[in-house]
Amino acid sequence: MLGMIIGVAAVVLMLSIGQGAQTTVNQAIASMGSNLFIVLPGATSSGAMRQTSGSVQTLTLGDAQAVASLPSIKAVAPIITGTAQLNFGANNWSTVVTGVTPDYFRVRNWDTEDGEVFTDTDFRSAARVVVLGQVTAKNLFGDEDPTGKTIRIKKSPFIVTGVLAAKGQSLDGRDQDDNVFIPLTTGQRQVFGSQFPGTIRFMMVQGKSPEVMEGAESEINQLLRQRHRLAEGMDSDFTVRNMAALAAVATGAAKVMSLMLGAIASVSLLVGGIGIMNIMLVSVTERTREIGIRMAIGANRRAILTQFLLEALVICILGGLAGVALGIGGAWAVSRAADMVVVITFGMVGLAFFFASAVGIFFGFYPAKKAAALRPVEALRYE
Amino acid sequence: MMSVQSESSAEPLIRVERLCKIYSLESGVNGTVNSQVLYDVSLSINRGEFVAIMGHSGSGKSTLMNLLGCLDTPTSGHYWLAGRDVASLSEKELASVRNHNLGFVFQGFNLLKRMTALDNVATPLLYAGVSRAESRQRAQELLQQTGLGKFSEYQPNQLSGGQQQRVAISRALVNNPQLILADEPTGNLDTQTSGEIMGVFKRLNREKGITIVLVTHEDDIAAYASRLVRLKDGRVIHDSKVDS
Repeated sequence: MLGMIIGVAAVVLMLSIGQGAQTTVNQAIASMGSNLFIVLPGATSSGAMRQTSGSVQTLTLGDAQAVASLPSIKAVAPIITGTAQLNFGANNWSTVVTGVTPDYFRVRNWDTEDGEVFTDTDFRSAARVVVLGQVTAKNLFGDEDPTGKTIRIKKSPFIVTGVLAAKGQSLDGRDQDDNVFIPLTTGQRQVFGSQFPGTIRFMMVQGKSPEVMEGAESEINQLLRQRHRLAEGMDSDFTVRNMAALAAVATGAAKVMSLMLGAIASVSLLVGGIGIMNIMLVSVTERTREIGIRMAIGANRRAILTQFLLEALVICILGGLAGVALGIGGAWAVSRAADMVVVITFGMVGLAFFFASAVGIFFGFYPAKKAAALRPVEALRYE
Repeated sequence: MMSVQSESSAEPLIRVERLCKIYSLESGVNGTVNSQVLYDVSLSINRGEFVAIMGHSGSGKSTLMNLLGCLDTPTSGHYWLAGRDVASLSEKELASVRNHNLGFVFQGFNLLKRMTALDNVATPLLYAGVSRAESRQRAQELLQQTGLGKFSEYQPNQLSGGQQQRVAISRALVNNPQLILADEPTGNLDTQTSGEIMGVFKRLNREKGITIVLVTHEDDIAAYASRLVRLKDGRVIHDSKVDS
């Protein structure tokens, strides 16, 4: 019984954790935005040394605008980043400052929780406006409402136009809410002095639909090679990453993990089943005399078999019920204690329960068969 | 050796011919050791008889009872119960015979623990496929007849030996059997209670015409019967009618 409870509880718990991990990954992927390419500069060779991507700033705002005009592309968000010290009153906070175009928020499906994001006009005029991420807003303002207030970024005043909705962790574990966004132009001209004016750190490119992604990838490659005047056979000085493929890998990994957790839990369910078999075997021995009496008053083998099989099944179903309760409780405790997302679905509870019953019938069968095979005289004589 | 000829020409309820039973015991040193418990027992019992089988321990009387009760199979010989050759019956048919044609009463009562007297009496009916409500009702009637109507919800360990044996008799009777096999039914009871239980058997035999075969080693218990069969070392050494 205890074996059964623990087995079923383990299955429910493991499945819910696995499902939770899958959901977390899916959310992270969705939060990134759909049908995305990331175009990174660099990966150039200086002499024989090949540099890491991003080591040279070869992408420009002009490149971004050119990519945006491709027919298969929906939007392009060129991005520059840097870190800076922020001040509001007596509070200060050091964080990532990202220079973007207003398109960025559309590409990433990112809405404001309060106020608005900056406009195209702000972008063109390089206005000193800023949109805060949730974590940054909390650190600078506490409970105060930041919208309309003025903060200082590297000592220059910026007006807060809005606060973004929380987005959580990105796939690589960064907190996406500890961030502020300013117009790209403002960043280039006023916050980060750049060696090469007009260059960008990287760009996010959104395709029109999942179907055009493959074609779009080669179109971007072609266009940028052309713009960068790269001859046939020369290495590209940029990299195009298809995030949809990355997402598929991450989803696959999460699936494998939840499958593995399920497999481990199944083993404990199996052990529970063997426990049930043991209990039933002992029960058959202890109740040999009872079996004899029942046979003497007219029970046939089938009746004895049914009785013991039913008993095993009842134990498993009761154990299964308790196990489901324990598993749900455990999943809740895990989600509270470890701050993990756990997902309990009706299907997985049903599955655990179904397996509990199957185990009951499977492992109950041998003892039941043994009971039914006893000879009446011998069973009656048993002390 | 005397023998009683059947008075009617009808088929006897029990007819046993040259019944042998050999137990094979596995022995570590000598391999298998055979021990013969019954030697060519032939017997016939008519409907309505009240037979007492007597003998010392090891005389084979309990083995004979087990064979008569279809709980065991003979090594050789034949057994016809109500005209049917028992050897030809399948396991399932034997269970049905035990359920419908026979009623057992044991020395140790053999009631099912953790079940009420009523459920104990009703169980054979459930195996016969009778509905729960109907079998409980019939069980209650039988307990009433044996004077245990008030005790139907008691469990066996809450009842005295005599009461337990009455429950066992009710259980044996619940399917209206033609034959009751009682294996030292008074062995665990005091003299007065024994008398009461034997009175119950006597009445069943007289009033309902139920055939009763009783194993005992007490003369005063055997005296309730109308026929006495003595066994010794696996052989019938005496078979006679007694006046009661």
